[in-house]
Amino acid sequence: MKGLSLFLGCLVPNRYPGIELATKLCLAKLDIDCTDLPGASCCPAPGVFRSFDRTTWLTLASRNIVLSEQMERDMLTICNGCFSTLADANHSIKEDDSAKEKVNEHLEKIGKEVKGNIDVRHIIEFLYEEYGPEKIASYVERQLDIRVAVHYGCHLIKPTKDRGLGNFERPTFFDELVTALGATSVEYPDKMACCGAGGGVRSSMKDRSLKMTEAKLSRIKEAEVDCIVNSCPFCHMQLDEGQSDIKEQMEIEYEIPVLHYTQLLGLALGFPAEMLGIDTDIEKNKKFMNLLDAGMES
Amino acid sequence: MKDIKEVETGILDELKNTSIDASKCMQCGVCSASCPSGRHTTLNIRKLVRIAGKTTDILSSEELWMCTTCYNCQERCPRNINIVDILLDIRAISVHQGFIHPEHRAVCEMLLEYGHAVPINEKNRKKRVNLGLEELPETVHKYVDGLEEVKSLLASCGFGKLIEHTESGVTEDKT
Ligand code: SF4
Ligand code: SF4
Repeated sequence: MKGLSLFLGCLVPNRYPGIELATKLCLAKLDIDCTDLPGASCCPAPGVFRSFDRTTWLTLASRNIVLSEQMERDMLTICNGCFSTLADANHSIKEDDSAKEKVNEHLEKIGKEVKGNIDVRHIIEFLYEEYGPEKIASYVERQLDIRVAVHYGCHLIKPTKDRGLGNFERPTFFDELVTALGATSVEYPDKMACCGAGGGVRSSMKDRSLKMTEAKLSRIKEAEVDCIVNSCPFCHMQLDEGQSDIKEQMEIEYEIPVLHYTQLLGLALGFPAEMLGIDTDIEKNKKFMNLLDAGMES
Repeated sequence: MKDIKEVETGILDELKNTSIDASKCMQCGVCSASCPSGRHTTLNIRKLVRIAGKTTDILSSEELWMCTTCYNCQERCPRNINIVDILLDIRAISVHQGFIHPEHRAVCEMLLEYGHAVPINEKNRKKRVNLGLEELPETVHKYVDGLEEVKSLLASCGFGKLIEHTESGVTEDKT
């Protein structure tokens, strides 16, 4: 297996740097060979850019892939959107010679060439496939005695024909990685439903996207969980900031902490909340951390 | 000089090619029943599949942009129609005809200028520093040469021109 390069994308470094740090801390603690990927850009985001112009989308994605190819490393993503773009683009490069040729005509202008000789991974499927829940569990320093609503997000697993991670109706791999940390993954209705943000809907029709988010949050709330765990900063933003927007616009209050898996894993590996970007100045996060601490003492 | 009619026929041909698969549709409605957006918006994906490839009216349809690309419809379609792929292709044709939401245009402008759809801001520079990370991430934000490469590629693909396209309506042929 090749080493990895960490593809950051936009939202993680520019809005949720805590997830960046959490990822780096977890990878180091788990002894995973992963380096920075200097000079990468937006993946570019599948919702808007792929919708706009496939050639532009594929060309910019290929430039990011080239950077990792030059390092002879597979790419690691921590965002479902980046995964969707980069895995799909990489697939096109590998399978479709004419697409590859067309892209390389553009890349030639900056002295680059995409070869199609690396893989694109998402941290959830990577940890599951290469480490597995048992090995992850062996690293846990702090058992998390909490109830978790796992949110897979759409593009981690769909389209299933391209992802190859099995059926999308009732997957378990992400849940298994959560239970490996001592937590309970709680079943809830519409668990596989979309957060509402994708496809450029959040940016151009926020009210409508929030209705989908509210529907999802109400199901989660009924399941009485201590937090939501996701694998994508875009879902993360929608489910977290979305709670404030919903409070303002619909006067419905959800006080559910939202964590990216790397943050939850970071807690289980013994890192303090502030190193993982979990802001304990926010009341719901403070309560969540108190709950964890109480679990430790008992 | 092409007249508007010829241009329209060309676009319709493009739509037809993109939507060949949609002709397998038996209008069972499994797609719309699975659609999270359809529950909260006016998006009726079954109807969009029905008219795909048949009319240029679809290009100005607001519903095109209500899809979150969650892929539920495509996964469950008993006829295995690549619904989302078709929808994305129709979106692209629509954009090439100048139908662009101002918010999406803004996102594109960010990409053109910064190489990021969501660039860094003051608040998050500080957040990074407080966490002990470098102020700028290891992306084109830090590597100017990389940003130049991205800009060259965007120019090479004609992306900037696409965004400048007329505000709305089917473009008139100006040649
Ligand atoms: S599920 Fe497939 S066959 Fe049924 S209406 Fe939708 S597109 Fe047509
Ligand atoms: S991909 Fe779009 S149209 Fe299909 S179910 Fe999801 S939101 Fe609806």
